[in-house]
Amino acid sequence: MSDETQELIGDYRYGFHDPENSTIRFDKGLSEQVVRDISELKDEPEWMTEIRVKAFRHFADRVMPEWGNCDLLNMIDFENITYFLRSSDKTEKSWDEVPDDIKNTFDRLGIPEAEQKWLGGVTAQYESEAVYHSIREDLEEQGVIFLDMDSGLKQYPELVKKYFGTVIPHSDNKFSALNTAVWSGGSFLYIPKGVSVEMPVQAYFRINAKNMGQFERTLIIADEGSTVHYVEGCTAPSYSTDSLHSAVVELIAMEGAKIRYSTVQNWSSNVYNLVTKRAVAHKNATVEWVDGNIGSKLTMKYPSVLLKGEGAHAEVISVAYAGKGQHQDTGAKVHHLASNTTSNILSKSISKDGGRSSYRGLLQVTPKSTGCRSKVVCDALILDEDSRSDTYPTMEIGNSTSDLEHEASVSKVSSGQLFYLMSRGFTEDEAMGLIVNGFFEPFTRELPMEYAVELNKLLELEMEGSIG
Amino acid sequence: MGEGMVDEILRVENLHVQVEGTPILKGVNLTINRGEIHAVMGRNGAGKSTLANVVMGHPAYEITEGRIFYQGQPLEELEVFERARAGMFLSFQYPASIPGVQVGTFLKKSVASVREEPPKGRAFRKELTAAMEQLSMDKSFLSRYVNDGFSGGEKKRLEILQMLLLQPHLALLDETDSGLDIDALRIVAQGINEVAVNSGCLIITHYQRLLDLVKPDFVHAMIDGVIVKTGGPELALRLEDKGYEWLDVAA
Repeated sequence: MSDETQELIGDYRYGFHDPENSTIRFDKGLSEQVVRDISELKDEPEWMTEIRVKAFRHFADRVMPEWGNCDLLNMIDFENITYFLRSSDKTEKSWDEVPDDIKNTFDRLGIPEAEQKWLGGVTAQYESEAVYHSIREDLEEQGVIFLDMDSGLKQYPELVKKYFGTVIPHSDNKFSALNTAVWSGGSFLYIPKGVSVEMPVQAYFRINAKNMGQFERTLIIADEGSTVHYVEGCTAPSYSTDSLHSAVVELIAMEGAKIRYSTVQNWSSNVYNLVTKRAVAHKNATVEWVDGNIGSKLTMKYPSVLLKGEGAHAEVISVAYAGKGQHQDTGAKVHHLASNTTSNILSKSISKDGGRSSYRGLLQVTPKSTGCRSKVVCDALILDEDSRSDTYPTMEIGNSTSDLEHEASVSKVSSGQLFYLMSRGFTEDEAMGLIVNGFFEPFTRELPMEYAVELNKLLELEMEGSIG
Repeated sequence: MGEGMVDEILRVENLHVQVEGTPILKGVNLTINRGEIHAVMGRNGAGKSTLANVVMGHPAYEITEGRIFYQGQPLEELEVFERARAGMFLSFQYPASIPGVQVGTFLKKSVASVREEPPKGRAFRKELTAAMEQLSMDKSFLSRYVNDGFSGGEKKRLEILQMLLLQPHLALLDETDSGLDIDALRIVAQGINEVAVNSGCLIITHYQRLLDLVKPDFVHAMIDGVIVKTGGPELALRLEDKGYEWLDVAA
């Protein structure tokens, strides 16, 4: 590895890359033709092509958001992005069939090992499409559908047509329009009535090529009384030029269903991560977003829940780590659209080495939604003078029978804590790592154990060599 | 070190210390050998805690004159964590809380970084269980967050538990007796006595009651940053009885 590469990668240990082998690679840049070509290549039904084209036109007409980090947003060069790259001709059911260099990557990321130990199903996406996919037989027998989104559309066109874009219409925002126009890959997951999926199912997203755009599209439908835990992870090589990851994730929790969606995002620091995630929770359903943002250059992501049915519950637990050159603009949105709905939002952020973290939250209770309860807690920890943390909470409360709590705190690591830990044999970096892990503990305890351990290791790595 | 020879643990020479420009210690001399228990007594603000903190390396304290030697080696080059790894231990008057970090994890990591040969899994748990039983600490302590929401007495017990596990050569105990009821004091004293046999021990206290249970070899009276009188256990009794005014006059 050259010194230059090493410098770019730094402590980011997933920054390696493979040769860019591809079977189909589109020229850089975006046009209506590119959108049509993607659809044709995938042999999609006409209605999907139409949605894509409509979305592209909306994207082209729509201005960039005028909030958030506009400086960084306006640096995105949409003409210098590869919008579709196929690296393997098939989605394999066995790791042995996956091309060697790609399989090696996922081995290094520990995916096949995790699959054997504790997962109910795995989708591994490399560039634009899934290269590996499998689901445990017992889940399949119970009628659980877990496919990559392209296969989902092929095999279950009616289901997809019924729900696609119903939670997040293409016109929701500029990046949901972009995703709808050029989407490829992602997961399609359907849990039948009353089925409880005990082991989490996982999707892993890997970008390998330079200047790549990854636009996965995920749709999860949990039918009445069903339960599922979906986990996703993401990494990319470190390059000096930017890549764009812009996903759309739609969740539908039918009456009494429960969906937990956990993310540990660890993109390299040259990736723009602009993601729209939204869920609909019907009567007595529960949706939980557990969202960890460690990597990326700029993340803008605000997992949302529309509480549409009485008694529905939303939980959004998120952490953000903003290091050198990073801006984590994250948060949560909950819309109480029915009576007696409840929500909990817990957001924790750390800013360090000039990093910036912003919490952007929206809590809405419509006038007719009586007896709602919500609690919002935002804690920020700032590790040095160069770093920054902001909070932008919005609350729209339409009636007086609802009960809302909001707590926010900004703190710094105290010299007393550092001295205490150092007097117990910890170096300053180790002490900082412990304090940071402790700060994130309310989040990590919600993750599957393997993920929590991994996240703690990541954070300790981030703390190393950081204090002079 | 041969039989019967003196094993010097700590030597403080003409130590002057200031905090944010304010002089606190004004020429302290003190030598502690292995197996000795020293008590430093004095009024609030006399500089007792400063002495313990500066020996441990607190960054807020600036040494303007004088030196500190630990086992014969000058201390100034050693960072706080290196002092801990070399066998120095400070039981804090006000231990910091570390939210989200469980006591069990913390103890395991701390012992692993300080001890040359840290005990492995089962051996460590066995040792930990024994030490906690000795201090009448419930197992539930291990899953609580370090000092977070602890009562004064619970904090002090956790300090002594750490001391038992870290097996220091030098134990600095800063007002470990404050906030303890008489039963807790007895338990804590037993812990101190156990460690004191094989270490140098410096006890900072206002009161005689701990010294009834942990018998000092030397008692030092500190006034305004200077040790003005050194004696045996009888000095502590006299200070408790008469206060410090008679020394003010003498000084």
